[in-house]
Amino acid sequence: MKLVIERREITSALIRFSTPIASIGIALFVAGFLLLASGVSPLAAYKEIIIEALGSIYGLSETLVKTTPLIFTGLGVSLAFRMQIWNIGAEGQLYVGAMGATWVALFSGIQNHWVMMTAMFFAAFFCGGLWAGVAGFLRARWRVNEVIVTLLMNYIAILWVDYLIYGPWKDPKGFNFPLTAQFSDTARLAEYFDTRMHSGFFLALFCALVLYLFIERTVWGYEIKVIGSNQKAAQYAGMNTGMAIFFVLFLSGAIAGVAGFSEVAGLQHRLQHGLSPGYGYTAIIIAWLAKRSAIGVVIVSFLMGVLLVGGDSLQLLWQLPVAFVYAFQGLILFFLLASDFFIIYRVKLIRGSINV
Amino acid sequence: MKKAALLLLVILTVCFSGNAFAVAAAKEIKTGFIYVGPVGDAGWTYAHDQGRQEMEQLSYVKPSTFIETVPEGAESARVINGLVRKGHNLIFTTSFGYMDATIDVAKRNKDVVFMHCSGFKTAENVGTYFGRMYEPRYLSGIVAGKMTKKNIIGYVAAFPIPEVIRGINAFTLGVQSVNPKAEVRVVWTQTWFDPGVERDAADSLLDVGADVLTMHQDAPATMQAAEARGAYVIGYNSDMRSFAPNAFLTAPIWNWGALYTKLAEEVHNGTWKSKQIWWGMKENLVDLAAFSAKVPADVQALVTEKANAIKAGSLHPFAGPIKDQSGNVVVAAGQTPQDGDLLGMNYFVEGVQGTISK
Repeated sequence: MKLVIERREITSALIRFSTPIASIGIALFVAGFLLLASGVSPLAAYKEIIIEALGSIYGLSETLVKTTPLIFTGLGVSLAFRMQIWNIGAEGQLYVGAMGATWVALFSGIQNHWVMMTAMFFAAFFCGGLWAGVAGFLRARWRVNEVIVTLLMNYIAILWVDYLIYGPWKDPKGFNFPLTAQFSDTARLAEYFDTRMHSGFFLALFCALVLYLFIERTVWGYEIKVIGSNQKAAQYAGMNTGMAIFFVLFLSGAIAGVAGFSEVAGLQHRLQHGLSPGYGYTAIIIAWLAKRSAIGVVIVSFLMGVLLVGGDSLQLLWQLPVAFVYAFQGLILFFLLASDFFIIYRVKLIRGSINV
Repeated sequence: MKKAALLLLVILTVCFSGNAFAVAAAKEIKTGFIYVGPVGDAGWTYAHDQGRQEMEQLSYVKPSTFIETVPEGAESARVINGLVRKGHNLIFTTSFGYMDATIDVAKRNKDVVFMHCSGFKTAENVGTYFGRMYEPRYLSGIVAGKMTKKNIIGYVAAFPIPEVIRGINAFTLGVQSVNPKAEVRVVWTQTWFDPGVERDAADSLLDVGADVLTMHQDAPATMQAAEARGAYVIGYNSDMRSFAPNAFLTAPIWNWGALYTKLAEEVHNGTWKSKQIWWGMKENLVDLAAFSAKVPADVQALVTEKANAIKAGSLHPFAGPIKDQSGNVVVAAGQTPQDGDLLGMNYFVEGVQGTISK
């Protein structure tokens, strides 16, 4: 009897799509023991998560509210991953996008709702795009590692937004508290069914569709895929890889920037500290789980939304510590990364004593 | 006939709603708390949780619920709404960043009473509450001014918002009232709860020669830094002396229990009305923890005398004349600032070494 690990020649679609599901399943199983140790029945807990997140119009609306920024940032990150470009900076791009949209909302003086929405959208789009574009330019021109640049620029973006809300953009009527003034109604996205769900969600779905068509149906999308799988071959085929790298990071950041627009115009209605509780980082897990497909990002973002919204009820109902929800998310990522091993390799059990 | 039926219906409705009202007035209270940090932080959230437990002693208060480490901002609205949906009818949101979310959820749930800590927005069913922490801060400043030998006092502070600035100023005024040569150096951490960052900030203050530290943070990291380096330290939030048995002098502390109990009573009796509560040492919402043995008897006597003066209303820490850092008179002699000015304070007084980003 012998265990042999060998590289798969072909990874079948079945394996590729079943491993993420299996890793979530195993994470649920292991987390079940943590629940048991806290004296909570795992089945009851999981049932409660589902009911909380999906069992009512309200729960569903909250899940979609949570899903919206995850779709935008997830799309942004996965687009860059497509080309083997690692954009770790969606968090910062979201912040500068929100900053651009806020600038338009507070200081442009536009009175028409649709003009205002369009202007805020493009302000967020270009702010996020140019922010990521810096990393794109450095990478394309001097091969500076984009992981480091995008990651470190997150801190700059967040601190810059802090500066604005503690300083020049502070609400004059806000008792010197670090908040901008609230947006007027012209600068707010529509809300539905008396819930917090806003049209940013539909915009996110639309973005996913456009991005899917862009990747699968255009020459540019084809180039991105080719450069992603083999840069040398792409160059040999006459593709301008430097330009493509800049362009993809720009677009990646722009989409993440739109998440900032959607959050300030649809949900927060002002710029303030703690705008995003780490959506840009969760986006990395999402892009990974979704295998970089735009449709996959929508599905996985929704599942993450369910987990995040439903996770609240664990605290509410059983007073489980907040650490449990984090541990649970960590477990999913852990098994997910582990499962990648099985996508690339297979483990074979060989009977008898065969001479190798 | 139809008219009679209608009349009967009206009468019945009035009777029943009247009954319902009577029941509602003396109802059971199910309280929920939203915390910004973990209950084990030994500081801000811990103090609130002590208050929650004290309130739970009331017979008509059902076991209460708390949710810890809730991010500030729009995220918190969902959590607050979750408490509403689980039948809580008195909800405390215990950090400034929950203000908009509290107002938003309250708008949709008029039958639930919300109390938001440290904000400035109210509604028909939303009140605010906070304490005049600047009073014990001032007293602790007197202790620091008396105990420093190098005349450098370090202050680890979270965010440059009025609440924190007010505390730093009151502390500094206390220091300067007994030791005009001492200066208070401020380091901002930009976080309420991050023991690592707080520890680094405290160490940097010790490195520039501070021999007394204090802080406006939720974790006891500053206490531990002072203990490790043989400096003195003044705590905050709760009596943290166990973290620094040798370094501890005293601490301005919160006693939320009395306020929480009173609010639960009001809601129970149906007498609750939306208002802005700002209690001080007189009402015992804020206080100074018992002195450690390191504080000499004469200093203890002086501070106790000043404390009594504050409680009696004859001493106000911000009574003029007060100058800002650049020497401009901000409160003229013989004046005391209005509450509105205190709530929006955005300047440092003379004696503070540090800047507020503008």
